[in-house]
Amino acid sequence: MDVIPAWFQNLYETTGLNFTVFYDAYDWNRYVNGLKTTLVLAVVTILVSLVIGAVGALLQSAPSRVVRGAVNAFVVVFRNTPPLVQIFFFYFGVGAVLPAGQDQFGLRQPIIDNLQWAIIALSLFAGAFNVEIFRSGIEAVPKTTVEAAEALGYTRIRAYLFVILPLALRVCLPALNNNLVNLLKTTTLAYAIAVPETLYAVKQIWSESQNVLEMMLVLFVTYGVLVGLLVWIMHRWEKALRIPGYGR
Amino acid sequence: MAAPTVSPPVWTPDQPIVQLIDVHKSFGSFEVLKGVSFDVKKGEVICIIGPSGSGKSTLIRCINALVPVSSGTIRVENIEVADPKLDKLALRRKVGMVFQQYNLFPHKTALQNVMMAPIHVLGQDKREVEERARDLLKKVRLSGKEGSYPGELSGGQQQRVAIARSLAMRPDVMLFDEVTAALDPETVKEVLVTIRELAEEGMTCLLVTHEMNFARDIADHIYFTDRGVIVEHGPPATFFTAASDPRTREFLSQVL
Repeated sequence: MDVIPAWFQNLYETTGLNFTVFYDAYDWNRYVNGLKTTLVLAVVTILVSLVIGAVGALLQSAPSRVVRGAVNAFVVVFRNTPPLVQIFFFYFGVGAVLPAGQDQFGLRQPIIDNLQWAIIALSLFAGAFNVEIFRSGIEAVPKTTVEAAEALGYTRIRAYLFVILPLALRVCLPALNNNLVNLLKTTTLAYAIAVPETLYAVKQIWSESQNVLEMMLVLFVTYGVLVGLLVWIMHRWEKALRIPGYGR
Repeated sequence: MAAPTVSPPVWTPDQPIVQLIDVHKSFGSFEVLKGVSFDVKKGEVICIIGPSGSGKSTLIRCINALVPVSSGTIRVENIEVADPKLDKLALRRKVGMVFQQYNLFPHKTALQNVMMAPIHVLGQDKREVEERARDLLKKVRLSGKEGSYPGELSGGQQQRVAIARSLAMRPDVMLFDEVTAALDPETVKEVLVTIRELAEEGMTCLLVTHEMNFARDIADHIYFTDRGVIVEHGPPATFFTAASDPRTREFLSQVL
């Protein structure tokens, strides 16, 4: 296991390329913790944004005009504004007016911390897009298929869960894939409210070790691999959902 | 027309199982049904024929409330279909429907298609439902196709799965909306055989159909609709030979 650190140490001494993360245990830990935070951020926001998308798309066809209007307003607000501004709005705006406790030193202890605000803001941002993506899938489900479910006694919600959503999902997976990839990359914005995710950790490392170029490279490769992993999972899912004799 | 009568609290088999009284239906300013009334007795087979656009499909879609009526009364057993407080589930348990385009759930196998509604809607026991579903597929001669997806079945096979799916809810009345219209002539027969067997077992059936020979064969009573009204009706023997209305005669001369 000492081979890798030794190699990078040697690389630094012979070429000046300073990949501190691979031979300095302290930097390595910071990087790994950043990666873990990114994973938490990404996985939770992906799941929450999917739920928001599915529920939002269902409510878009709700009988109540108020509900439909509310969903559309949500989509417009979160799609038409920059995600960084949304994160700031929640963290500095909403966070400031929420009641807060005090820690043992009498310092202000907010009830929602910065990681949680980032999750909330990013989930809503990506969720707004997911609503529209799910809608595109729902509109591709033949009305007659839905009628058949109704004729069998399915309520609107049961038909949505068991017939419409499974079919819509298959149609909109490629678009969903795109949006989730974007979401994964957008988690780096949490940097701006000091969430110690990968970018934040890497930035700390290069500030101290003056190895910006090397750490940029690590950053690119890290996100390249993370997105590759997500895309691979999504393609597996797409394949698993393929229906024999349906579509292509 | 007669004013709607008060719904009987309990339905008994000697009363009409389906009853329409002066049913009107408009889509926007276009009136599709202009006052349709008829009774169907339990076990009867009714065929509704007529030119396209005469309101046949709308008529039977009103019976299971897929299409809300504009005015008039529809009663299925003791359920008032036009009642704003209609319990749709109760109605749709009693009334099964088969569509022209089969409308199977493409992401489920034939067996799952038949099993879904009793499990999801009625919350019945999965094992018991599966047993019944297998029996139903056997009844429509699709044993061995349980694991096939709709996209892997022919039109006629899909339509028979659709019939089995509807029967799995144990309906008292079956509605067939031009169920052979999308099939090629060879597969029409296999579907008609299935329907005939159902009718012979005593299932109350309402069919919208263009299969005149089948209608003549199977129907207890035939209704001819044109432009939103029932122009003529009668048992097949008299209907096909002694139609009195000129529109009916013209239609029959073209299709027979």
